[in-house]
Amino acid sequence: MVDNRPEATRTIRTAYARAKGLGPAHHGTSEWWLHRVTAVSNVPLILSFVVIVALCAGRSYEDAVRLVSHPLVAILLILGVLSVTNHMRMGLQIVIEDYVHDKGLKIAAVIANTFYCVVVAVACLYAIVRVSLRTLV
Amino acid sequence: MAQFTLPKNSQYTEGKTWPKPVGAKSLQEFRIYRWNQDDGANPRIDTYYVDRDDCGPMVLDALLWIKNKIDPTLTFRRSCREGICGSCAMNIMGQNTLACTLGIEDCKSSQIKIYPLPHMPVLKDLVPDLSSFFAQHAAIEPWLQTETPAPEKEWRQTPEDRARLDGLYECILCACCTTSCPSYWWNGDRFLGPAALLQAYRWLIDSRDEHTGERLDTLHDPFRLYRCHTIMNCANTCPKGLNPAKAIAEIKKMMVAREI
Repeated sequence: MVDNRPEATRTIRTAYARAKGLGPAHHGTSEWWLHRVTAVSNVPLILSFVVIVALCAGRSYEDAVRLVSHPLVAILLILGVLSVTNHMRMGLQIVIEDYVHDKGLKIAAVIANTFYCVVVAVACLYAIVRVSLRTLV
Repeated sequence: MAQFTLPKNSQYTEGKTWPKPVGAKSLQEFRIYRWNQDDGANPRIDTYYVDRDDCGPMVLDALLWIKNKIDPTLTFRRSCREGICGSCAMNIMGQNTLACTLGIEDCKSSQIKIYPLPHMPVLKDLVPDLSSFFAQHAAIEPWLQTETPAPEKEWRQTPEDRARLDGLYECILCACCTTSCPSYWWNGDRFLGPAALLQAYRWLIDSRDEHTGERLDTLHDPFRLYRCHTIMNCANTCPKGLNPAKAIAEIKKMMVAREI
């Protein structure tokens, strides 16, 4: 794949001009902080997700649906999906920024990653809402 | 994509094996990276044998011995030979360090392998082009910046505030840490690298400096600062025993502190 960054050794721009580049973006801290916050929130939420899945095991379909319909269970699952998919989007974007240097491919990969995480999040949320509100709709 | 394999013209070949010194009783083998852009050939690894009884104890002594007695074309940087100038930084036995402070005995190998600092353009043999590295250091403006009119004598600092610079001011800018950092390998054009960021922190926590906020503004960028993923190669390799990773973590804490 192409690495179309300016070639450091074959330009007559000064090294100082290259070091300063386009200047600081003046952001990054809130993303970095949110990545840490979601890492912390992932711990209890993924643990509760595992417990909920374990509780579903061996139950009949009706019983399992009744469990997921409990407000506390549904809310924990929704929070888990929000926390995990946000964390996933930010983490994957960092990996793309680290390794993908073709400008077009990078933009495409960042957009595809965002779309993918949103679709995963919405699909999960739709499933949870549909199952937990089954008795109403 | 990041390039994980060497381009064809950078792949090294087996080089020349230079004759063993006559009459030497104790020999140490060295395998050294050679490249000269004038001959148009790929890099090669030359083999040299050094007479330990005729040579000083450090790896730099061996390089000088080779240059003086076997092959005057072997090219490398050196100056102070006591770990304070940072010139002889190179990759020895897979680790970036200073040739002058690493003992030949300490390599504990019958075959000592020496390469230039990783992932920098090579000018010749063990000499990398460090102009980007020094430009990035210049870009963090590593000098005292004040608005208050200068006092008649010196800018004063308490012993406690001075002590906060320990572990930072000792950096000799040898580039061992920056060239050991995978994040710098992949994004060295935008990530400032551990050495420049350690220097940035040295000025951020200097009690006499009045441009702390402006300095943080300059670093506030997803690439300049936040490309550090705490891989810790920098702290592992620093020949002066410093911890750039910790300095970068402290900068990140300062960034959060002014937002929350």
